[in-house]
Order: sequence, then C-alpha cells, then structure tokens
Amino acid sequence: MHHAVFLPRLHQALLNSVLGATLGLASLSFCAQAQGAAAQQTQQPQAVDLDTSLLSLLASDSSDDKVAAINRLSRLPDPRAAKLLQALADGNVYATPDNAIYLSDDGGATAKDPLTGASQPMPDGSDTLVINNRVRGAIDNARAIAQLRAPAAAERLAAARLLQQSGSEALLPIVDEVLPQETDSLARAALQILQARLRLSSKDPAVARAAADTLGASGNASFRPMLQALLQRNPDGSYAEPDISVRTAAADALERIGRHMKMLEWTGNVFYGLSLGSVLLLAALGLAITFGLMGVINMAHGELLMIGAYATYVVQTFFQHWLPGLVSWYVVAALPVAFIVTALVGMALERTVIRWLYGRPLETLLATWGISLILMQAVRSLFGAQNVEVANPSWMSGGLNLLDGLTIAYNRLAIIVFALMVVFFVWLLLNHTRLGLFVRAITQNRAMADCVGVPTSRIDMLAFGLGSGIAGLGGVALSQLGNVGPALGQGYIVDSFMVVVLGGVGQLAGTVIAGLGLGWVSKFLEPYSGAVMAKIIILVLIVLFVQKRPQGLFAPKGRSAE
Amino acid sequence: MITSADLMHLSRRPLFPPAVWTAIVAAILVMAALPALNLFFPPGSALHISSYTIAVCGRFMCYAMAALALDLAWGYAGILSLGHGLFFALGGYAHGMYLMRAIGRDGSYHSDLPDFMVFLNWKSYPWYWAFTDHFLYAMLLVVLVPGVLAFVFGYFAFRSRIKGVYFSIITQALTYAAMLLFFRNETGFGGNNGFTDFKRILGFDITQSATRAALYWITLAVLALMLVAARLVTQSKLGRVLTGVRDAENRLRFLGYEPLGFKLFVWTLSAVMCGIAGALYVPQIGIINPGEMSTSNSIEMVIWVATGGRGTLIGPIIGAGVINSLKLWFTSVFPDYWLYALGLVFVLVTLFLPQGIVGLVRQLAARLGGVRSEGIGGRENAEGAK
Repeated sequence: MHHAVFLPRLHQALLNSVLGATLGLASLSFCAQAQGAAAQQTQQPQAVDLDTSLLSLLASDSSDDKVAAINRLSRLPDPRAAKLLQALADGNVYATPDNAIYLSDDGGATAKDPLTGASQPMPDGSDTLVINNRVRGAIDNARAIAQLRAPAAAERLAAARLLQQSGSEALLPIVDEVLPQETDSLARAALQILQARLRLSSKDPAVARAAADTLGASGNASFRPMLQALLQRNPDGSYAEPDISVRTAAADALERIGRHMKMLEWTGNVFYGLSLGSVLLLAALGLAITFGLMGVINMAHGELLMIGAYATYVVQTFFQHWLPGLVSWYVVAALPVAFIVTALVGMALERTVIRWLYGRPLETLLATWGISLILMQAVRSLFGAQNVEVANPSWMSGGLNLLDGLTIAYNRLAIIVFALMVVFFVWLLLNHTRLGLFVRAITQNRAMADCVGVPTSRIDMLAFGLGSGIAGLGGVALSQLGNVGPALGQGYIVDSFMVVVLGGVGQLAGTVIAGLGLGWVSKFLEPYSGAVMAKIIILVLIVLFVQKRPQGLFAPKGRSAE
Repeated sequence: MITSADLMHLSRRPLFPPAVWTAIVAAILVMAALPALNLFFPPGSALHISSYTIAVCGRFMCYAMAALALDLAWGYAGILSLGHGLFFALGGYAHGMYLMRAIGRDGSYHSDLPDFMVFLNWKSYPWYWAFTDHFLYAMLLVVLVPGVLAFVFGYFAFRSRIKGVYFSIITQALTYAAMLLFFRNETGFGGNNGFTDFKRILGFDITQSATRAALYWITLAVLALMLVAARLVTQSKLGRVLTGVRDAENRLRFLGYEPLGFKLFVWTLSAVMCGIAGALYVPQIGIINPGEMSTSNSIEMVIWVATGGRGTLIGPIIGAGVINSLKLWFTSVFPDYWLYALGLVFVLVTLFLPQGIVGLVRQLAARLGGVRSEGIGGRENAEGAK
C-alpha cells in the first residue's frame, strides 16, 4: 500500500524511456535540419515556415507524419507555432474532414485559423485531432525544447528534466548552446545531466567518461539501462563499448546509482515506518487508557475507531451539502465531532455494561466482544454493508518531493503530525489535569483513592469516555488512509492490543515507543519477507517477547508492580 | 483444607448422578436413532429425517466437542483460550490432507496432485505432505499437530506465568498469525479456498448416506467418550488441583504444587480434543479453509461454553447446540439481525447468567423442589465458576 506513491513515478519513467526510444529517430531528423545538414534529409519536405503544407501534415492520419510536423513546429521561431503547440497540448486543435486545421478556445464552437487568426463557425464534421501517446510525447518534447530558452527558471528546469528522459543526441548542440547562458543553479545542474546523458555515446573516451561520472553523481535510476548498455557484450564476445576506461566509468556510475537507490529506499522505509507507527499508535492510544490504565479489556475498541471514521464520513457529507465552500476543512471539523460521538458511545457502554464487570476481565472481554458485534451490525444497518467514500481534502492530497525518486504523501505526513499532537494532548490531560490525577490515583490504588474522596465511579466513566474519544480521533486519521467500512475496526483490534501489551500496561511512553517500533520493524522486514509474512513474523516475535517480559517493554517497578 | 479422607470420598463418587446418567443415555439413544430413521424410512414418510438434519446434527456435535474441550481448559483450569479455532482447524487440515490425497486423479486436472497445487504449477508434494495418504498417519497428525503446538506454546506461556487476559490475547494473536499464514497460497494448504471437493474416505464414497451415517455415529461415540473422559479427569485428584489453579493459583503454589504441569496437561488435552473435533468436522462439512481460524470463530466457541455454563462439561454441549440452533434459525429467517442477537447473548450471558443454562436450571430446580440439585459438577463447581 505504501509503495503506491512510487508506482506512478515508476510508470512514468518507463513510459518516458519508451517514448525516448521512439522519439529519438524523429528528433534526429529535425535537429539535423537545423544544423544545416538538411541536405541529407532530402526525403523530408523543406518547409521551414508555418504554412498549409505543414498543417496538412499535422492533420494526416499517420502518427509518423504528425510527429514530423510537430518536430518542425518546435523549430519555428514563429509565435503562431508556439500557440499551435500549446493548443495541441491542451487538446484544442480540430481537424475538418478535408484535413484543414483549426484552433478553438471554446470547446469546438468557433474555429480560428492558425495562420491568420480569423474566426469563423466550426465547419461541420470537425473533430479534435487524434493524439496518441506517441504524438503526445512528441508534443511534450517539442515544447520542452522551446522551453529550454523560456524566461522562467522553473520552466527551463522542468524542460531539462523532461528531456533528460526523452531527448536524443541531436539535441546536444542546443544544450551546448544554452548551458553557458544558464544562470539558475538547479536548471544548470539539470542541463549538465542532460548534456552528460547526450554525450555518453560520444566517440571520444574522455567525454564519455566525464558523462558517465556526471550521470553516476545524479543518482537517477532511469540512467541505469543506458549505462548498462555500455557494459553489454556483442554476440561475437566484444564489448559494446570498446574503451575499457569508459566501461570502468560506467560500472562506477552504476554502483553510485545503486548506492543512491539503497539510501532512498532506506529513507523511504524510515518514513513509511514512522507513518505506519503513527497509525498503530493512534489506533492503540485509546486502548492504552481503557485497557492500560483502567484494565478494561475492550474488544469493542476497533468498533470505536470505526465509529470515528464514520463520524468523519457524516461530517464530510454535511459539508458537501451545506458548506461546499469549506469542504476542504471538513477533517478539522470532524475531529471534535468524532471525539464527542465516540466518547458518548464509550460512556454509555461504561454505564450500561462495563461497570458491572470491573474486576472480571474475562467476562469484560466477552461482553465487549458482544458489544462490538452489535455496533458493527448497527453501522451496517445505518450506512449499508458497503464501504463509504471518505476523500482526502485537497491540502492532504499530493506529496512532497523530498529527493529524486522519494515522494512523501501529505496525508501520511499529516497523520504523523496528528499522532504527535494526540500523544501530547493525552500526556497533558493525564499529567496536568485534575481528571488525569484522579485516573492515575485510581490506577494505583482504587480503594485508597475512594477513601480520600475521589469519585471513582464518575472518574471511571469519564476515563472510559476519554479513551473512547481518543479512539474516535484515531478513526478520523484511519479514514484518511484506507477504506471506511463496517469491518474497519476488526483489522486493528489485534494490532492495537499488541502495541499496548508490548509497550507495557499503563505506560504512555511504552505505547508510543511500541507503536513506532512496530511500524519501523514491519517496514524494514517487508522488503525481505512481504507484507503478510512481516505481520506474521512480528506477531510471533511479540509472543516470544512477552514470554521474556510479560509486563511489556516498560514494566512498572517497585510498589506499583502488582 | 481438603483432607485425604475427603479425597477418598471424592474418588469414590459415581461418575454422574443416576438422573444425569439416565438423561445422557437417553440423549445418546435419540441422537443415534436419527441416521437410522434417515436410512430406513423413504423420503416422504412421517418418520423420515432429512439428510440435511443429519448433517446439521453432525456438525453441532463437532462444535459440542470443541466446546467441551474449551470447558476443560477454561471452566476447570481458568485458562481462557481465544485460539481454540486454531486447534480445531489444524485437526481439520490434518484430516483434510488425507482426504485431498484420497481424491486421487479424480480432480479437475486429473493429476496426482490436488487441483490447487497443479494451479500453482507445483511438481510434487511438499515435505510436510509426506505419508498423508495413509489414513492412520493422518489420524496421528490430527492428534500430534494441535497437541505439540499447544504443548510448546503452553510450556513457554505458563512457565513465564502469563495468565488471564494476557494469555487470551496472545492466543488470539497466534491464531490470527496462523490464519494469515494459511491464507497464503505458497504455504501449501490451498490458500483462500482451503481443501474441498473430497470424494472418498477409506474407499467409501463420502457423499453416500451410509458413509455419512457412519461418520455421524463415530462423531456421537467420540463425543460421548470425550464427555466421560473429561468427567474422569475433572473428578480425579488432578481435577481438584486444576480447580485450585483456577480459583487461587498463588495459594496452590504456596501449598507446594507446581501448577505448570497441571496446566500444561489440561491445555494440551483440550487442544487435542479440539483437533479431533475438527478432524470429524471436515469430512461431514466437506470443506476446511482458513476462515475457521478467524478471531470471531474462536470467541464464538467461548460463548457456547459461557451460555451452557462453564465448569459443568454438559453445559458447553448444550450451549453449542443452543447457540448454533439460534444461528441457524436467525440466518435463515432474519439474517440481518443475527449479529444483534449474538451480541446480545454475549452481553446478557455475562451480565445475568454467569452460571449459564445449567446454572439456571440448577437454581430453578432448587427453588421449585426445595431439594438441593444434584447436577453434575456439584456445588463446588457452581461456586467456583466466578
């Protein structure tokens, strides 16, 4: 699940390399013309102006013709050509049945002539120009070449990055020309990498060596196939690259890229482990109070998480209907709602069932399991058995590009921060409020607390409500990560108990460390064992650990120990 | 303080009071008659019992065995297991391996290997499938696999004095982990689908009424034997120590007993009984899959025991029957309300029926007749089951 963020990038990289291969041939032809070597390309029309012949080439059914036309468009200094390319990229170019080309800004109602700019109604039978993936790649490339000279540094950087993946050797003179003029350091670095990539196949060993070094330093995995190609042997046993020093440089570069990828993977694991750990922590924190402090085996804890998630869904629906302008902030509003709803449910449970079972943990376990079944079925009756859709608000979608190839999703980042805030909130409540003082007093010695006037029964209710409310907050967080359905809680109940048991009962710090630790251990195990096996290994490890330290990581010492 | 004279007296007590003996024998006779009615009266006859009813009763008896096994551990030694579904399923899988191999080449791929292995492109059986084509070896596995697992797990857990809810939660985690493992295809147990499409057992066609009746009678006999064996165990001196473990383990320790051996014995025995129940369950139901190891299945077993009355041996058998009959009725008439009903049973039984149905009957009998009920288990069990 956590690798999902990587996947689109990988996909894009693959697509780009495929495109790069197909585009190489096409861009070769137009660049050669620009360098005055056009004489060799006699089969290509000599049009260097924006004219009807170029336009009809664009309207041709053949992708080859379209790509050729687009490549020539990118060479034209004419602003109308740039406009046409932009329109192509936006899908605003229309072709009539007789292969005339028109632009339209309004979805095909009025047609503008790309040469004269004159407006007229769109001729009958016109349709948007068919653009397949290959043609789209050519458009992107053509625009990127034009943008290497764009005034904004960010555009130049984006263009250089795109061409790093798909540019062909014929680009080299242009890159050599713009590189000395480049002032922005990021764009300059990107151009240097682009230049190195284009120079890698140079016949001069010194140039190729330097290029391999630069590519190695970039740490970008997409250059791997290119470097590996240098090390390949031909069928007759000779190397594809005759010069041994170039091969050594390529091997070094591959190793550097490999190291960089390892580092990225490691950083990614640290982050995703932290993220999984915060999820476990949020799921378990409520239980740390109800089970850890009060000793109530609350098997309905997972269902309290689920109710919190459903409360989020209800708030989201409310915002969509009544406050569509503020819909991206529904999560913030969902926090108090989920807290209050689950706290009320928890207090009702405590008053009706759990308080009759204090001191009978096994019976509590069974009764709360029964409650969990009822709650689950109640949610199923109210909202249906299907999952409901809870969308990430706009500010939580997307991600932060930390390093090349490592994207940190904002929703995971938000949950880490949120988990820290909730831990701080619980700590504050337990250690710096009167309620917290009473709860700790009852934990240590119920009879004595009663004697000195602590209203134990009321505090029990409030503390159970607090634990349940925190489970509700956890539910809000979970709703932002995965599916929200009636069985949501079932998936977390075993995990939550493991965190609390591992951390040691009644220990907030233990719960925090156990949650984060479990997150990290499972993320670092996953690459070797797979997600399910990692889970099994961890459960077995916990079972073994508890044999050794039945009181958890942070066993209470001295008098409070039993 | 229990004196030796008391113990002598205890050991000379009859296995069951005469009234209970009569009831048990009558129940066994009635249950045993059912398949005969199915076999010898044609469909449509007033005395005919449908094959469906036979199948349901056979299934319920397997559940009753599992509940009986759980009651030995929970009701007498205070060890609440949330993992008996695992032992049940392991017994079932062990027998299932034999049944899978008994299919022979009659699978849809006509291969020596089971269909799921053909599907995975495996060329031969993995090592742990060795010899499972021998029925007796498979039966040995039915006993050994749950037994050894319970023994090893129990040894470590009881030695580090993991008790009460901690033990329950750990057994739950163990079962959960095992379920995840069995869901994997490459584990070699059929993944999601488990074992199914059995054709024959010991050469007999498994779909034949006669075969099914035989399985039913075997199940009934095993259940009766288990009840007697469990009763013997709990009435022995060992059983008295177990009750001591349940009620005051530390005091027992101070008196010079090491509870480890006693707990380990009853825990392993319970797991083996549960495994046998699973092994009898699989040929009658025709499928075993990892769903049997789900958390909810194991907890449902506990509620059978609690409903019937823990620490009574007969109670869990009644409880398994009552709850499963309720389930059968609800899921066919009000499928949406079954979870509400089951949840309510959990809550109401723990709040208002701590002694279960057997305890309720005893109370009613005491109130109506004014005579002290001589129900099985006697007074001390009724008091001890707190």
